[in-house]
Amino acid sequence: MATRSPARYRHVTFAAQIQRAVRQLLTILFCLVASLAAAEETGRPIRFGLTPVIVADQAKLLEAWRSYLQKRLGRPVTFVVRENYSDTMELIKHDLLDFAWVSDYPYVTLEQTHRARLLVTPIHRNSATYHALLIVPVADQVTTSIFDLEGKIFAYADANSFTGYLVPRSELQTGGKNPAKFFRKTFFTHGHQRVVEAVAIGLANGGMVDGFIWESLARLRPSLTEKTRIVAQSGEYGFPPIVARQSMSPTEAAAMRKVLIDMADDREGAALLADLNIDGFVDGDRHLYDGVLEMMKVMGEL
Amino acid sequence: MNFFNLSFRYKIPLWGSMLILLSTLAVSATLIIDAFNELRDDLVIDAQTLGIALEPALSAAMSRDDVWSVYTSIAAALSRTGEAERAKFSSAVVADTAARVYVAAPPTVAPMLTELRNVNSDYASIAERLQSDTTESGFAITPANSDRQYFVLPITDHEVRYGTLILSLNRQSVLPRFSEIALRGLLVGTVILCILLPFNWYWGRRMAEPLVELIERMRNVGKQLPETLDPAVYSHRDELGSLFKTYNKMLTDLKAREELERQVVQSDRLAALGQLAAGVAHEINNPLGGMLMAIDTLKSHTVIDSRTAKTIALIERGLGQIKETVGALLVEAKTKSRNLTTSDIEDVLVLILPQAHGKRLKIDWHNQIAGAVALPATLVRQVLINLLLNAVRAANTDGVVACHLAQTGNKFSVSIANDGRLLTAEEMTHLFEPFSPLSEDGHGLGLWVCYQIVHQLGGSITAQCKDQRMCFDVELPTAEPAP
Repeated sequence: MATRSPARYRHVTFAAQIQRAVRQLLTILFCLVASLAAAEETGRPIRFGLTPVIVADQAKLLEAWRSYLQKRLGRPVTFVVRENYSDTMELIKHDLLDFAWVSDYPYVTLEQTHRARLLVTPIHRNSATYHALLIVPVADQVTTSIFDLEGKIFAYADANSFTGYLVPRSELQTGGKNPAKFFRKTFFTHGHQRVVEAVAIGLANGGMVDGFIWESLARLRPSLTEKTRIVAQSGEYGFPPIVARQSMSPTEAAAMRKVLIDMADDREGAALLADLNIDGFVDGDRHLYDGVLEMMKVMGEL
Repeated sequence: MNFFNLSFRYKIPLWGSMLILLSTLAVSATLIIDAFNELRDDLVIDAQTLGIALEPALSAAMSRDDVWSVYTSIAAALSRTGEAERAKFSSAVVADTAARVYVAAPPTVAPMLTELRNVNSDYASIAERLQSDTTESGFAITPANSDRQYFVLPITDHEVRYGTLILSLNRQSVLPRFSEIALRGLLVGTVILCILLPFNWYWGRRMAEPLVELIERMRNVGKQLPETLDPAVYSHRDELGSLFKTYNKMLTDLKAREELERQVVQSDRLAALGQLAAGVAHEINNPLGGMLMAIDTLKSHTVIDSRTAKTIALIERGLGQIKETVGALLVEAKTKSRNLTTSDIEDVLVLILPQAHGKRLKIDWHNQIAGAVALPATLVRQVLINLLLNAVRAANTDGVVACHLAQTGNKFSVSIANDGRLLTAEEMTHLFEPFSPLSEDGHGLGLWVCYQIVHQLGGSITAQCKDQRMCFDVELPTAEPAP
């Protein structure tokens, strides 16, 4: 002790200071993580992504549904509405959304890339499936299939849409046509509802849309759908599901699953389902979407 | 009927109304045309504003070939209300750099990818202009035989040209707005007319009526003298006011001249009468003198019975009356007489007082004569007595007779007035003639004698109504001025 030089003394003191600081920092971090985990269980809002798989411009309905979910889950819920599928997909990929109601095509993509898993599938008219509709302006009374639209203008919903993009392109490819050259011009409207609008006003000569959206629109805005004519209907595919991000804790996912499935059992939930134009939610069956996977493989999308 | 022959009463208001109408129309028309031009300029500004507002969105959407975004942008712009209420653009077409339709709103106007020149003749001329126009700034165009106006605006971003925005405006759609402006202009015009026309009408009448009144009076000038104009009809001192004044002065002059003429005629007649009377009197006087002398001789040199004597007396009385009358007619002023004194005048008062007392008259006596006046006393006394007796006779019972006597310089003046009946104009005309019918007793020669005396003395005598009194004024020149 007597040989201890002032310099060494200073060094030891400095090292001790660092050790103490690191200890303190670790304590703070631990507390922070613990509190974050606790917050995740109770206070942190659930972020629920919505894509144009349902009719847009229903702010009142969405707010009612959001507060319903909030009440049932006992924690805040935020709806994150994006104009196109890719934005929503990006958010899920980066774990910025907890749940999302997406189209088949994004769902399959997300699942294949282990970013999300199937939570529930909506039931529409007692069925967990839906189909695509090929529509043309009502003035066009000659078109009978998509192959009659060669050299015309075609409206796609979104590059990540199943019924609004993958299905028509797949049909053309199976029919021996090159989807890239078949139409004179194509454009994206980023939503099934807008495809209906584009066809109704005659901007596009044809378009393929989600049958569920078209039927919902026929109920909400018949003046729009009256200006279109359904030419053909595709095969049945799994209804656009609600997915949970891969990293979601099973308890939280289960809570959300229960709330959604139980919606049909209480009056308020049933009224919301009626406004959403669906019967309810059931546990998702991955095999419902096998057709989509097949199609994606054929189209070389995977 | 010729408008220019109309009465001022109608012509002035009509002219005024016409001018007001014309100017109001001209002003209204100018305002309406201005408003229309402004409206047209506003439309260009509207189109440019819209183009500038849309440019970033359109160029961004076109750069990523987002047809739907371009469509929603222009469709939203078309349905925009509010400031664009001036006129709504009926359609918008976005063309790409190859002059093909990129997208149109509503899409029925032009299908996508159609060559601009194939859309219709309007767009063909726009395409032609676009080809030749390299200014890169927009332009407005109204193709021939088209009821539409087009505003062509470039879509550029950082000097990269993405395409062209063509806004179409149905010219008919501007009409409601224009007619609203025109209606407002006409309304204001009508209000102005409603204010100005009655005012003009009143002013016109105000100008014309005095003139008309003047003309109606002037028309009668030849036949009889019209009445003077009431200055209250037009009291201002402008040309019309001076015309009124001049007219009234002319009328006064005319009246004075007429009066003068009347006096001249009267004095000429009286002079002729005087000469006639004097001539006749002389002619009678000579044989009368002989006859009276013969009777006198007969009476003194012959014994005549009573009956003859009675006849002679009768003749003598008759001749005497003739002599008296002729003597009265024959006023001889040239007889020598002493000068008039103030006591001569006061004697006259004493003479008439008994008669005045009989009617309980008040004699208003003002004698300013002191000392002698160079006028023959006898004649002046006779004039005074005649006039005063007339006045006393004419005055009302318990009435007044006023007498003023004065000498100023070389002028001796007498004014005698009574409050009796006023004479008519007709009576005045024959007042100084002999054997006046106005005389209730006597020959009716009293005023005639006065007139003759005054005229022979070189003076004047006039009768007039003054302050509701009959007044006789005598003026005599004196050889010497008043002392």
